[in-house]
Amino acid sequence: MKLYEQQNKSISCISGELIYVSNVFSASIGEIVYISTENNLVMEGEVLSIDKDTALIQVYGSARGISANTTTITFTNLLKQAPLSLKILNRSFDGSFAPIDNMPTYIPDKWASITGFPINPSARIPPEEFIETGISSIDGLNTLVKGQKLPIFSCAGLPSKEVAAMILSNSRLRDRNKKFAVVFAALGLTFYEFSFYIDIIKSMKTNYVTFINMADDPVLQRLLAPRYALTVSEYLAFDMGMDVLVLVTDMTNYCDALREISNAREELPGRRGYPGYLYSDLSSIYERAGRISGVEGSITMIPIVTMPEDDITHPIPDLTGYITEGQLVLSKELHSQGIFPPIDVLPSLSRLMQQGIGEDRTRNDHRRITNGLYKFYAKGVNLRKLEAIVGREGVPADDQKLLEFATSFEAQFVNQHHERRTIIDTLEIGISLLDEYKLTY
Amino acid sequence: MKGYISKISGPTIHAEIQGLKLYELVFIGKKKLIGEVVKLEKNKAIIQIYEETKGLSIGETVTASGKQLSVTLGPGLLSQIYDGLQRPLEKIKIQTGNFINISGIVDPIDFDKKWKITPTKKEGDNIKYGDILGFTYEGSFKHYITTPIGISGEIKMINTDSFSLRDSVCELKDGTKIYAFQHWPVRLQKHYKTKKAPLIPIITGQRILDFLFPLARGGCAIIPGGFGTGKTILEQTIAKFSDVDIVIYAGCGERGNEMADLLCEFKELKDHRSNEILLKRTVFIANTSNMPVAAREASIYTAVAIGEYYRDMGYNVLLLADSLSRWAEALREISSSLEEMPGEEGYPTYLASRLSSFIERAGTVTTLSGKEGSLSMILSVSPPGGDFTEPVTQALLRTTGCFYMLDSDLANSRHFPAINWFQSFSLYKDVLVKYFNEHISADWENIISRCVNILKKEDALREIIELVGHEGLQDSDRLLIACGDKIKADFLSQNAYSEDAYSSPENTFKTIKNFVVQYDDLVNKLNISKEK
Repeated sequence: MKLYEQQNKSISCISGELIYVSNVFSASIGEIVYISTENNLVMEGEVLSIDKDTALIQVYGSARGISANTTTITFTNLLKQAPLSLKILNRSFDGSFAPIDNMPTYIPDKWASITGFPINPSARIPPEEFIETGISSIDGLNTLVKGQKLPIFSCAGLPSKEVAAMILSNSRLRDRNKKFAVVFAALGLTFYEFSFYIDIIKSMKTNYVTFINMADDPVLQRLLAPRYALTVSEYLAFDMGMDVLVLVTDMTNYCDALREISNAREELPGRRGYPGYLYSDLSSIYERAGRISGVEGSITMIPIVTMPEDDITHPIPDLTGYITEGQLVLSKELHSQGIFPPIDVLPSLSRLMQQGIGEDRTRNDHRRITNGLYKFYAKGVNLRKLEAIVGREGVPADDQKLLEFATSFEAQFVNQHHERRTIIDTLEIGISLLDEYKLTY
Repeated sequence: MKGYISKISGPTIHAEIQGLKLYELVFIGKKKLIGEVVKLEKNKAIIQIYEETKGLSIGETVTASGKQLSVTLGPGLLSQIYDGLQRPLEKIKIQTGNFINISGIVDPIDFDKKWKITPTKKEGDNIKYGDILGFTYEGSFKHYITTPIGISGEIKMINTDSFSLRDSVCELKDGTKIYAFQHWPVRLQKHYKTKKAPLIPIITGQRILDFLFPLARGGCAIIPGGFGTGKTILEQTIAKFSDVDIVIYAGCGERGNEMADLLCEFKELKDHRSNEILLKRTVFIANTSNMPVAAREASIYTAVAIGEYYRDMGYNVLLLADSLSRWAEALREISSSLEEMPGEEGYPTYLASRLSSFIERAGTVTTLSGKEGSLSMILSVSPPGGDFTEPVTQALLRTTGCFYMLDSDLANSRHFPAINWFQSFSLYKDVLVKYFNEHISADWENIISRCVNILKKEDALREIIELVGHEGLQDSDRLLIACGDKIKADFLSQNAYSEDAYSSPENTFKTIKNFVVQYDDLVNKLNISKEK
């Protein structure tokens, strides 16, 4: 498939992971190049920009060992592509698509560009099929639907990986016969987190594909791993008709990698030093989730974002929230009370919930129960501020009831430890809570 | 005219070429990517490419087109869905499948479809730029065919039968042929005779908007709000229920799933006035966030040019854009790839002037042919971190007529539409109140001030409650709190997913008047019982 290759030895400048090559005969933007050093070390790189006969190349990984005199650059005339085949199922790769499970690579059925193409908006169909995650605060109040992208906003020290693991191992589709696969992209993961996730994924007995970029792996591969993962997901979903759940953790590491690379390229920094195109770049990842009309499969995405300084207005959670269809926010307060999963339902939101619930999907009284729980819990939480000033006695009797309701709601509805609840269980718990406090909804 | 690429950096290229004009449209490389000349130097042009540049090589050709970035205007625009460069997405789907993998120009309207013309001019008539030649029916809309710019003369022959866009509809004595479509440069405002001050409201069916912050036909409103505050839902609800003729909906850098949802709904929902499906009065521009950034920048201009085209037929057009922040970010990205000096927060210094000249394209006008048309705008803004002090919101606030501030506290307590009733404003209010006083009830103005008064007092009381608790309140204060709660829950909030999603101005007025009258009654009773 390579039409021709072109070799070049005239490196004019090396700075960090960037190489300037002069006397280039022909090069195109995004083209993959191989960089071979004198001791036969081969590295990969990508053409970033071209000015007349000088090409700027970004090395994937470290540029250590590259010399200006003896290194050969080979231009491949190809864009970065991923090898695709059903044999990819149940395999693990690193951020450069090299197997890390001691098994050989496979022969691909087809290759696809890893940046992909945007889904035609008129080919999309709106997500509406309910996914039962087994977690009351999600199923009941912030329902996840097939084809949605719903991030988890966490803070350092909160059990985001346990929540993600719970969603992964408990999620069920209504139609149990459909082919299901989990694609996991780990970006800048520590070994401790890595071993936790791998255990969960292997115990799940569903098909999986993992792309693991560890905390000490090259930073640039953090930008590649999610694209590999999504190219594979698109293949599994839209070519092979599987329902794919993509878990990406941690997008904060991704954005920091992007900032680092952008800085090295001497681009103009935007908010907090992140590049001005952070929104477009993030959407080129998140927007690959969805459903297509007339096609069996779907891509549902759960990215995990650790909010720096616990600040939801930080550019990473902020821009993520503008692209994704809602967010699940974890709360330090609930966590400190031993409530698991510590999902704070008030700032959490699932934008596609309305389409996914009700008769034929969950139950016809779902919306009513949700609204009731929400309303009274919000009121109860609001009253806590008042209670802090005037004490419980100073609060009118009716409002005391709401305060108690809010506490019970957290202890009984949100809190469920590792038990899996069906949507019917969830709704029944909601009803009994509302009835217990004689709240009409 | 041909030249060659000498430098590529992101979406910007340098080409060695002579004779190009500024803002001329050019085609680049084997794939015929669409670009626009943004800067000219001696023997060199700097070109902004509207498509993905991956795979583009040095030395590929650059071809001049002789025209500017334009839209094609003619019958067949309604119910279409376009990308930011007016390429029809349905047609692209047939050509390249579910993923967009296309470059170059695709005909935006069907040139072979037959239309039936009813001429309003006859042989021997003299016509000039802007004159109506005849009309055809596009759905239930009369689609007027007008004389394009630069053409005048005496009619030799006019078509009286059916025609396709490939046939001329009219021929002049000097041999000029006039077709039923025309090209218009998107960045140029379409011409009109006179602009008029806005006097008539757009009825959106949203109680809080129609009653407290009315928008005028020909006016402009902005909806800023952090994520999750319901910008998109509010825009979509307005798109469904507003009493305008034509809606142009520009999804500028937003979510694909939302666009799909809206399309599905519009194919099913019926306009409650004409009983036709909403799609038939709508043109969609969908440049979602993962589609090329430069085309996102062009998308709002494509939308407004189509809007002006229908305005010139004497229709009331509403342009909804979601969101202007994404447009501004695209502008910033392009500006930085052109290595321009950045202004506030990296945005180019011409951000404010671009925005104001865009907004000025809204208005009520007398068209060249003497009809009355209007183009109104509702633009959503997504301020980073929900912070309204950022440049885009601030620049828009200086030119807009209405400000619908979405409040995250209201959204968190699921009060939708989460429009803050203290911070929002409408500059058209004073003018439009007269309209409502005349057409709905003479009491309209009076009830507004009563309603605002109750809300203000209630808000002040809330602060007291935070300190002393409910127990410390007097009965009259409790009554006020209850009334405020009722206005908020049953009047200001409105569920977009229920029957209540549309409220006619008569109903709106009846509801709020009832609340006020009830409150007065109770206050009276309370006073009487006190006296006793």
